[in-house]
Amino acid sequence: MSEDFNDNKTIQAQSSETISGGGGSGLSPDKDYVRPAEISEQDLYHGHSFITKWVFCQDAKVIGVQYFLLATFTGIIGLILSWLMRLQLGFPELAGFMTAEHYYQFVTMHGMIMVVYFLTALFLGGFGNFLIPLMVGARDMVFPYLNMVSFWMFFVAVGVLLASFFVPGGPTGSGWTLYPPQAILEGTPGSGYGIMLMCISLILFVAGFTMGGLNYLITVLQARTRGMTLMRMPLTVWGIFTATVLAMLAFPALLVGALMMSLDNVLGTSFFMPTILKAGEVLEYGGGSPILFQHLFWFFGHPEVYIVALPAFGIISDLISVHARKNIFGYRMMVWAIVGIGALSFFVWAHHMYVSGMNPWFGFFFATTTLIIAVPTAMKVYNWILTLWRGNIRLNTVMLWCLGFIVTFVNGGITGIFLGNVSVDVPLSDTYFVIAHFHMVMGIAPLMVIMGAVYHWFPLVSGRLLDEKLGKWHFWLTFLGAYSIYFPMHYLGFIGVPRRYFEMYDSPYMTSAVGMNEFISIAAFIVGAAQLILMYNIIKTLKVGKPAGHNPWKACSLEWLTPSVPPEHGNWGDKLPIVHRWAYDFSVPGAKEDFITQTTPPSEVANTEVEKT
Amino acid sequence: MSDPKIEGYVLKPGFRGMAEDTGSDQTMFKGVHWGKAMMWIFLLSDTFIFSCFLISYMKGRGSTLIDWPNASEVFGLHVFGVEVPLLLIAIMTFVLITSSGTMALAVKYGYEKNRKMCGWLILATAIGGLTFVGMQAFEWSKLIHEGVRPWENPFGAPQFGSFFFMITGFHGTHVSIGVIFLFIYAYKTFKGHYDEGKRGWFTSMKGDYVEIEILGLYWHFVDLVWVFIFAFFYLW
Repeated sequence: MSEDFNDNKTIQAQSSETISGGGGSGLSPDKDYVRPAEISEQDLYHGHSFITKWVFCQDAKVIGVQYFLLATFTGIIGLILSWLMRLQLGFPELAGFMTAEHYYQFVTMHGMIMVVYFLTALFLGGFGNFLIPLMVGARDMVFPYLNMVSFWMFFVAVGVLLASFFVPGGPTGSGWTLYPPQAILEGTPGSGYGIMLMCISLILFVAGFTMGGLNYLITVLQARTRGMTLMRMPLTVWGIFTATVLAMLAFPALLVGALMMSLDNVLGTSFFMPTILKAGEVLEYGGGSPILFQHLFWFFGHPEVYIVALPAFGIISDLISVHARKNIFGYRMMVWAIVGIGALSFFVWAHHMYVSGMNPWFGFFFATTTLIIAVPTAMKVYNWILTLWRGNIRLNTVMLWCLGFIVTFVNGGITGIFLGNVSVDVPLSDTYFVIAHFHMVMGIAPLMVIMGAVYHWFPLVSGRLLDEKLGKWHFWLTFLGAYSIYFPMHYLGFIGVPRRYFEMYDSPYMTSAVGMNEFISIAAFIVGAAQLILMYNIIKTLKVGKPAGHNPWKACSLEWLTPSVPPEHGNWGDKLPIVHRWAYDFSVPGAKEDFITQTTPPSEVANTEVEKT
Repeated sequence: MSDPKIEGYVLKPGFRGMAEDTGSDQTMFKGVHWGKAMMWIFLLSDTFIFSCFLISYMKGRGSTLIDWPNASEVFGLHVFGVEVPLLLIAIMTFVLITSSGTMALAVKYGYEKNRKMCGWLILATAIGGLTFVGMQAFEWSKLIHEGVRPWENPFGAPQFGSFFFMITGFHGTHVSIGVIFLFIYAYKTFKGHYDEGKRGWFTSMKGDYVEIEILGLYWHFVDLVWVFIFAFFYLW
């Protein structure tokens, strides 16, 4: 912390020693020296036909875009489902076609699609594939073939998931948490085929993701370019890397839970099924533990929140730094906060289960660990604000999304402190307060990051800049609209409106919520429709957008330094880049321009006060 | 593998060496093949899968109200008029652990570029694995014949059948996948694909003897998991 102000840390590049990555054969007198390559040139398969170039493609950038498009497609389905739910809640008289069963099915599919098939796939599969090789200076992911299979597994998983809309009984309606026993008992919509397809789809997703995840991890660990140390990587890579580690350790629990659930459903085993009386008759099930499923599910489910949040943290750090023209405040602190949040996230899962009948000491333990997570997250928020402080802020669309993210994340984080305490959580549990909390913190906040990242990196993908005016309309409609949706929900929660209710019935406090429900629904329709502005913007830009040229945002990190924009397969032309510094040398005193790219050797920026990285 | 030669880099021992490798550029695990690093991380993930299975098993066994069957009776074998508890499992475990030994030798001969020896040892490993799967199939059919099903079982708690078939089935699938790959690798070794660096069928990447070590890691892991399953199901 105080180190950032310590004058000894800033060194005169003229007299500095170049860090050779440690452990080397001693420092060379040549200050531009970087250790020679230790990895041989990667052997890449170059596609020749349309199919090998664009469909079954082994180029990580194309796979990233494929992931992005498919995740967005499922996300739009999730959005439409949320519209239908809001129509029922706000204007039930217009939603005569919807039964209670439909409503539960839409709740379930909306939740599962948004968390797993939209956000996870988009951040890790989309941004991870596109950005990791470019940002660490690799030619491609280390196992391109496996990477391709990963996407097509995801494709099949989405197909199976959407197929459940068309089977007898429809998709499962047990809520996205899929709690047994009701998930597989008759009376719950989709208790036969629906839940089975959901479990199969999740298992496929986990298998596909594991293939991709191994790629991201090994690319970061073992395939960085010369001079790229772990502590010189952009925070985006750190975020995606740590999130992938979490996913590799958390998804196994989901896989096991889904497998055991499908066996309960198909073979009639009783892993999760206690003895149940139904209409006076004892079912064949007996002796299982429903709480076991909750533990398995939330051992996956809580790290899953950070699988979505950590890449968002990383990306937003880079966007803020670039558009405030200032180095990220406390880079090392940011890295350790990401790692710390990732480690802590495995010790908090049971805070989702305060009301499920645990030993109270369990609640005490998990409340403590949950509140400890506030420390590294708060560090990150302070560091973002301190990065903005006295920065040369460019208030463009990307920056607006960044600011929107910080505000939304703080908001959602503070309500998280409420819910992390057992005694406060118990009355608020299963009310709209919870809905408001997690939509703010892991719905809207990561979405703001995605939007910011789209405006930021679209020039790299397509070579053209998105329209700023449309972008600002898109931002303000989405930002204000999202707050109109979720702010009133906190109030609804306080007055006790329960979540997952098909209608609000006649109790006095619920009739008082009717007006607010209508308002929320209208806001939801507007926010959803506002996303069409982005689509129009993208289509328009692809046709007539302003060419971006090289490095339109004057960023330091490697992805903007490719010989051609958009980068070609192999990324770097003949020679891999050589990295001499971190990705945040903005506004360095004494430098000609306000940024020094990562590949600039020290001899070219003599007499500047660069940070030693 | 203890001393990979990396230009301009001296591997140092101990914690300091580890810290320096971590802080260096390009690679974190110096001289480690990408595929090998990948297999280690995959196995870490797989460890979590088996841990979830075994913890669920402990929880299920702990919370059921009906008595758990007595393992030495259920898994006993009637040979020459004598009841021998755990006989089949002892043989299965012996075969699987032995196949780990032949696999380790195959890796050694692979790095020595002794193509014939390496191929035969991989084949021996594959046959060991196949024997294991065969004996497991025999055990399954014996239990099924006695009336044990995933949803019920005449000896006690129905969860016994569910957990037994699920977990040994999942492990048996791992072994079977390993056996398939062992046969493929044995073929490739005899054909000399690793000597010539012939490109793979799917991945179009060049072959190398390190692939045998990677498969070996997987095979040893499958053995190790079996030791835990053995302890939890047959000795508890």
